[in-house]
Amino acid sequence: MTDEQDKILDEVTNSEYKYGFVTDVETEMIPKGLNEDVIRMISKKKEEPDWMLEFRLNAFRHWQKMEMPTWAHLTIPEINYQDIIYYAAPKRKAAPGSLDEIDPELKATFDKLGIPLEEQKMLTGVAVDAVMDSTSVKTTFRETLAEQGIIFCSMTEAIKEHPDLVRKYLASVVPPTDNFFAALNSAVFSDGSFCYIPKGVRCPMELSTYFRINAANTGQFERTLIVADDDSYVSYLEGCTAPMRDENQLHAAIVEIIAMENAEVKYSTVQNWYPGDKNGKGGIYNFVTKRGMCRGKNSKISWTQVETGSAITWKYPSCILLGDNSYSEFYSVAVTNNYQQADTGTKMIHIGKNTRSRIVSKGISAGFSNNSYRGLVKVLKGAENARNFSQCDSLLLGDKCGAHTFPYLEVENPSSIVEHEATTSKIGEDQIFYCNQRGLSTEDAVGLIINGYAKEVLNKLPMEFAVEAQKLLQISLEGSVG
Amino acid sequence: MLVIKDLHAKINDKEILKGINLEVKAGEVHAIMGPNGSGKSTLASVLTGRELVEVTHGQVEFNGKNLLEMSPEIRSREGIFLSFQYPVEIPGVSMVNFMKAAVNEHRKYKGLGPLSASDFLKLLRERKELVEIDSALTNRSVNEGFSGGEKKKNEIFQMAMLEPKLAILDETDSGLDIDALRIVANGVNKLKRPDNAVVVITHYQRLLDYIVPDFVHILYNGRIVKSAGKELALELEKKGYDWIKNGEDL
Repeated sequence: MTDEQDKILDEVTNSEYKYGFVTDVETEMIPKGLNEDVIRMISKKKEEPDWMLEFRLNAFRHWQKMEMPTWAHLTIPEINYQDIIYYAAPKRKAAPGSLDEIDPELKATFDKLGIPLEEQKMLTGVAVDAVMDSTSVKTTFRETLAEQGIIFCSMTEAIKEHPDLVRKYLASVVPPTDNFFAALNSAVFSDGSFCYIPKGVRCPMELSTYFRINAANTGQFERTLIVADDDSYVSYLEGCTAPMRDENQLHAAIVEIIAMENAEVKYSTVQNWYPGDKNGKGGIYNFVTKRGMCRGKNSKISWTQVETGSAITWKYPSCILLGDNSYSEFYSVAVTNNYQQADTGTKMIHIGKNTRSRIVSKGISAGFSNNSYRGLVKVLKGAENARNFSQCDSLLLGDKCGAHTFPYLEVENPSSIVEHEATTSKIGEDQIFYCNQRGLSTEDAVGLIINGYAKEVLNKLPMEFAVEAQKLLQISLEGSVG
Repeated sequence: MLVIKDLHAKINDKEILKGINLEVKAGEVHAIMGPNGSGKSTLASVLTGRELVEVTHGQVEFNGKNLLEMSPEIRSREGIFLSFQYPVEIPGVSMVNFMKAAVNEHRKYKGLGPLSASDFLKLLRERKELVEIDSALTNRSVNEGFSGGEKKKNEIFQMAMLEPKLAILDETDSGLDIDALRIVANGVNKLKRPDNAVVVITHYQRLLDYIVPDFVHILYNGRIVKSAGKELALELEKKGYDWIKNGEDL
C-alpha cells in the first residue's frame, strides 16, 4: 500500500507544471529595491498625472509604517522587499496598437498558454487583456466593445484616457491603508485591467485578464477595477501562470468591483501560478486583496475561484453588501499539494436591508500541504433580515496534510439568519477501488472523485473555464492517493 | 475460464484462504456458500485485486492469463465484474458520467474508440430496461442517497453496461426485499450467455431459487469443504452450517 502510494506520488511530482517555460524576450527593468525614487520612476514610465503619483507616494509612506500580517495560518519566510524588481516590461518595438507591433515571442507565449491575441483566432466570445510582468501586452476586442460604450483597457491607458472614472472609483473599495499588501500594491502597481460597463448594457462577451509572470527576480503588482453601472451585467475571468523557478516570486494584486443598482458582476478565477517543486522549492507568493461592493439596490457580485497554484496563497475575495436587497456569493475550490500553503476564504459584510450572501468553500489538501478556510460574516445593526449561508468542506488526501476552518461571525442585527455547515472527509480507498473495479485507473478515479466533490463550484464557472478547471484539478492532484 | 489452484491468502498476517481449488467454465453458474468468516468475501477480494489481501501461495488463471499479476482496473477490463456487498457512494459524480468513463475504458482496452453520445445514451436506455432500474437513478450521483435495494439494482445495471465474462455477486441478496430480489435475479438471468459465467456468493438458499446454480461449493475455514449440484444448497438450508463445522459427512 505505502509502496504503491509512494510510487504514484513520485509520478505526480514528476508530472510537470505545464506552464513553466520562460519567454526569451528583451525586457526593460529598473534596479532592485523600493523607495520613493523607484515609485517616481514607475509613475514616470507610465506617464502618469500628478494625482496618481501622489496616490502612490501616500500609499508608500503608509506602507512603511505597516507590518506584514501574521494572523494567517501560514509559514511565510521573510521577504526582503529591497531585493525585488518592481518594474519589468517586455520592450515594445513601436507604439502599441496593431498586432504586428507585438513581439512575435510574446505572441507565441500567449499562444502557448492557449490565449491567442489575434481576434480572428478566438473561437469563443472572450475579450482578453494580456498582462506580462508589469505591463499589458494587448487588449483584444476593444473596438467591438466600445461600440456599446464598454471600456475595456489596461489600467495604464485608463489612467490616461478615462481619468475621471479612475479617480472616482480607484481605491473606493480597497483603500491603500486597508492592509500591508494593499498598501504595497497601491504604491507600486504597474498595470492591470480597467473595465466600465455603462448603464443598461449587458456585456456581450466574457472579459478576461490573463496574468503572466516571465522575468526573474520581479514581483507582479497589478490592479483590476471593474465598474458595472446601473442595470448592467458583465462576466469576468482571470487566469494566471508563471515560469518554474527556484526563487519565490511575489504577486500582490488588488481587484476592486463596484456594482451599482441592479447591476451584476460575475468574477471567476482559475489561479495556476507556479506552485513550487515537490520539495517546496520556488513558487509564487500570492498575496491578493479582492473585494467587491454592492453599492446599488438589488445588485449582485459573485466570486468563483479555483485555486490550484502558488506556493503560498493569502486571499479573501469579499463583498460589502451596501445596497438594500443586494446579494453576493463566494464559490471556492482550493487545492494544495506537496508543500503548498493556502489561507483563503471570504468576508461578507452586510450593511443594507435584506442583503443575502452564500459561501461554498471546498478545500482539498494532499501531500504535506496546509489548506485553511477563513471566513467572516458580519451583519451590521441596520442590516434587517440579512441572510447568510456558509458551507465549508475539506477533503484530505493522505495523512500528512492539514485542513483547517476558521469561521468568524459578528452579528449585530437580531432579525438576521446566519447558518454555517462544515465537514471534513478523507478520500476513501473504497471509492477508488470501486472505480478501479469498473475499469478506471486510480488517477482517473481520483480525478472523478475530486471533480464530483468540487462540482457545485465548477458548475458556477463559465463553460470553457469549467473544462480547463476540471483538467487542472486532476493534474494538480495526480496520484496523490495510492 | 477461471482456474484457481491451491490459493492461500492473508489479511494483516492472518491466513484467511488456506488452499482454494476451483474451476469455473463458460456458461456455468457457481454458488459459494458458507458461514460468516469462512473467507467468501476474501475470495472475491483476491479475484478483483483488492490490495488489503495478500496472496501467499497458489495461482489464478483467467482465460489463460495470470490474473494475480493484473491491476484491479485491468482485471475489470479483462471481464471480471464484482457486484459489491456494500456499494460506495461517490458524491457529485453522476451515474451517467461514471458509466460513460467505465464503458469507454473497456472499449479502449479492446482497441475501440469511445461511444458517441447518442450511442451511449441508447445503450444506457436499453440496459436500464433490461434490469428494470428506475430511470431517475442514472441521473443521480453514484449510489448517493440510494436505498439498499437501489444500490444492489444499480450494481446489476452496471454489470449490464459492462457485459463481463465473469460476474461475482457478493451477497447481492443481503438487504433486499422479495420484489427487489426477483428484479436483481431476473437481471442476472437475462445477462446469462453461453460465453459468460457467474459466481454467486451468498449465505442463503433464497437467491438460488431465482439464480439456479450448476454447482454449489461450501467454503469453510478458508477451504472448499464440499462441492455438489444445486441440491446441496437445499440441504444446507435445511441442516444449517453446524454439520459442516462439526466435520460430519464430508
